[in-house]
Amino acid sequence: MELPVVNDEQVELLLADLLEQYGYDFTGYSRASLKRRIIRLYSLDKALSFAEFRYRVNNDQDYFKRFVEQITVNVTEMFRDPVFFKTLRDTVLPKLGTYPFIRIWLAGCSTGEEAYSMSILLKELNLLQKSLIYATDLNPTVLEKAAQGMFGLAQMKQYSENYILSGGTNDFSSYYTASYSLAKFDEELKRKIIFSTHNLVSDHSFNEFQLILCRNVLIYFDRDLQNKVLQLFDDSLDDLGYMALGTKETIDFSPITGKYKRLANHKIWRKVS
Amino acid sequence: MGKCDAFVIGGSAGSLDVLLKVLPLVRTDLSFPIVIVIHRKHGADSLLPDLLSARTSLRVKEVEEKETILPGTVYVAPSDYHLLIELDHTFSLDYSEKINFSRPAIDATFQTAAEVYGAGLVCLLLSGSNADGVEGLKSVKQWGGLATIQDPESAQVAYMPEEARKRVNIDRILRIEDMPEFINLLS
Repeated sequence: MELPVVNDEQVELLLADLLEQYGYDFTGYSRASLKRRIIRLYSLDKALSFAEFRYRVNNDQDYFKRFVEQITVNVTEMFRDPVFFKTLRDTVLPKLGTYPFIRIWLAGCSTGEEAYSMSILLKELNLLQKSLIYATDLNPTVLEKAAQGMFGLAQMKQYSENYILSGGTNDFSSYYTASYSLAKFDEELKRKIIFSTHNLVSDHSFNEFQLILCRNVLIYFDRDLQNKVLQLFDDSLDDLGYMALGTKETIDFSPITGKYKRLANHKIWRKVS
Repeated sequence: MGKCDAFVIGGSAGSLDVLLKVLPLVRTDLSFPIVIVIHRKHGADSLLPDLLSARTSLRVKEVEEKETILPGTVYVAPSDYHLLIELDHTFSLDYSEKINFSRPAIDATFQTAAEVYGAGLVCLLLSGSNADGVEGLKSVKQWGGLATIQDPESAQVAYMPEEARKRVNIDRILRIEDMPEFINLLS
């Protein structure tokens, strides 16, 4: 009989430590996912005891970084949900294209696949020159990876299919150079992306945007934290700007919902008042 | 077996037919929720709840994240997310790596349900061609719940329940025709 190696009380201890030692507040995160990831890391790193595990998190800066990177979910892909990107291409970006300047915030960008997808879209619509993409994440490590613009070559078949389904008509492989097992994306796509750390839980609004994307991040937050973050987005979004969430996320339960009009059948809302 | 607080069904290839046969015969004043996690292609969304809904007057819906789990309702896991159950009896979704090449993974739902419902949980693993759900059934047993499987003989693809039978101390092996009564008697 093997019961979980980290129990609910111990999860709370670790979260209290992170807040006290490092100022990282995970207390508004949904516990089931967090606990599974903590247990996964505990087994992966073959911790000898909970006390030892906790001691490392608290006293070893590098291990703390690893801990934060591992307990948050960093799974993403290029042109994920192609229909969503098709809507950006056909509806949202042409509207924003009439503005002199487009500022986009990609919150929770992880390893950057969506940032590069967005860059490709803007380039194809001839809007890249007047756009700026702020891609943020709480994890410095994933941002370093994002800034390299290199993704597994093995994924390119899937990404290329996604790209075509999203309305892309170029040869997807023209955007990268293959080098061993990696696909290195063109420098040009990176020029208009600013990668930076930002913690949605504790950091404030830092600019005004015409488009905010935050997909599959809110699912990890409890309702209170979701509402707090949606308020942050609302404070950071221009009138008539767009906010996009993941397939299973919504603003319906948030106080800001009255100010927004949803694009039918899409998880995209426009700020109308 | 005491009171049933939640009934969770996992299945893969060949499991839809079972659900379509069993669900119409399940009583509609059920005193617990039924949660269904079925492997299916990403994008084939919302068809499954409709399909099941047409066969029962129980309320059938696709899970929404942070939704409170209520008795008498049939919840279907959305495609391409893991479905987790929280201590406060709400659902949460998770887009982490696939488990057993699957998302949703039956293991993830069984395991989180096992901790939350303990002895009040009954899990049923149906037909399928991989071993997803087997580790989950182990957790169910650890936390005092009831682990049941579709009789591999009656399964279109026997591998999944067969693996569970080999590796877990299964409480009940059910033929399709016995499932409705089994579920109804838990209520």
